[in-house]
Amino acid sequence: MTHTPHRLEVENISVDYGEKHVLKNVSFQVSHGARIAVVGPNGAGKSTLFKALVGLLPLQSGQIRIHGLPLGNHKDCVAYVPQREEVDWRFPVTVYDVVMMGRFGMRGWLARPNRADHEAAERGLSEMGISNLAKTSISDLSGGQQQRVFLARALAQNPHILLMDEPFTGVDVTTQEATLGLLEHLRMREVTAIISTHDLNLAASRFDAVILLNKELVAYGAPREVLNPQNLARAFGNALLVMENGIVMVDECCPPEEK
Amino acid sequence: MNFLLEPLTYAFMQRGLLAGTMVGILCAVMGVYVVLRGMAFLGDALAHAILPGVAVAYLFGGNLLLGALVAAVLVAMGIGFFSRQGTIKEDTAIGILFAAALSLGVAIISSIRTYAVDLSHIMFGNVLGVSSTDLWLTAGLGLVVLLTVFLLYRPFMVISFDPVLAATLRLPTDLLRNVMLILLAVTIVISLQTVGVGLGAAMLVTPAATAYLLTKRLPSMMLVSAGLGAFSSIVGLYISYYLNIVSGSAIVLTATAIFMAVFLIKRGQR
Repeated sequence: MTHTPHRLEVENISVDYGEKHVLKNVSFQVSHGARIAVVGPNGAGKSTLFKALVGLLPLQSGQIRIHGLPLGNHKDCVAYVPQREEVDWRFPVTVYDVVMMGRFGMRGWLARPNRADHEAAERGLSEMGISNLAKTSISDLSGGQQQRVFLARALAQNPHILLMDEPFTGVDVTTQEATLGLLEHLRMREVTAIISTHDLNLAASRFDAVILLNKELVAYGAPREVLNPQNLARAFGNALLVMENGIVMVDECCPPEEK
Repeated sequence: MNFLLEPLTYAFMQRGLLAGTMVGILCAVMGVYVVLRGMAFLGDALAHAILPGVAVAYLFGGNLLLGALVAAVLVAMGIGFFSRQGTIKEDTAIGILFAAALSLGVAIISSIRTYAVDLSHIMFGNVLGVSSTDLWLTAGLGLVVLLTVFLLYRPFMVISFDPVLAATLRLPTDLLRNVMLILLAVTIVISLQTVGVGLGAAMLVTPAATAYLLTKRLPSMMLVSAGLGAFSSIVGLYISYYLNIVSGSAIVLTATAIFMAVFLIKRGQR
């Protein structure tokens, strides 16, 4: 393991929103093709971490390196699947238009899509099982279908690293399975997948490693090492309930406290 | 037939119809972005903010369109400057600059003797007073705007639909946003002569909003919007000619009537 180069190295990064520290001295390394779950309470900085990883937020300190080079040297190798609410689904475009957007900027941002672009878009659609929706207006999609459109778009980008923000929240079982199936598939292509989720069971069972985050890195490693009551208590604080029989529950119905 | 042809015997009506059609198309195409990106307030603010430019140009006998253009671009860039620092929100920056520019414009105009008439022309447009120089300027600027929209169609679509994706694809989002603001400013300046400062935003928003109800894809939305914009301008001008009402009002009311009709029909279909 020590001989394979790490695809993603996060070194001591801190991110602030104004006066507020959102991420503090977070460091971790991810080798290529790994499937990582990012777990933490609301407001733990999961989305912030993702936005920092795609270079959307300035770092107060620290460095992010991909393939050993600082962020920005690779134009198109990180794809980000945002939470579905982040875009306007009444925008007048078709599913195909949205997937094709993943190909913009590949060869200068004025270039018209060429055959490789169309092939990549069609492949993304068929891998997510939504080829039949290509000409559908995005305003006619269900939540799960919207999710799969975003995934198809990310696939069309041919990423080395795929970041997904809460892909399992509020989607149907078919979409959840399609997303998990995609993870298997991505591993074979050595695409690293980093996914934030509230579902501790999924994190424990379907991922190679878990990042437990609460502004700082609480723990990082194999799921059964990380997801123990001590670590979870440190990450979730009062939101955590440990039952006498060892069952751990995370109660997140309440909005996070403002600090 | 005579009903339609009679106004065309007047040169001022010919020029007015030409200007109206061009403005209608241009506003409607840019209006698609205004509607989709939720920039209606910005459009309205820009329309009012060009007043001081017009006033200064008027005072010194310069070209009103050029004066307006300078003011609009300055205010558009000012809004970008104040909100990019992150210290105040964009709509706050718009509110401050828009009120300041409008006040400055009214202050300058009120120092002019024939204040009431001139202000009314600037506020509500005077399409029947369009000179042939204005016409050429409108055509030239309009062509530049439409060509830019055509060339930047894809990047504009991405930054409007999903700015986060645009940033991860390393599109120059700030630059594109500024280009869009400048195009919007130019469009509003051109619309000044037909619908005026007070109603400029309506020609941006109303045809595009109607097209939004009728279409499912961006190119068709632009085409339908352009058609509606041109149609509203022409019909509005005829109404203005025969009923002797202010041209800008007639045009905007026509566009609004079409929107209402489409809205109610769509409502009824569901």
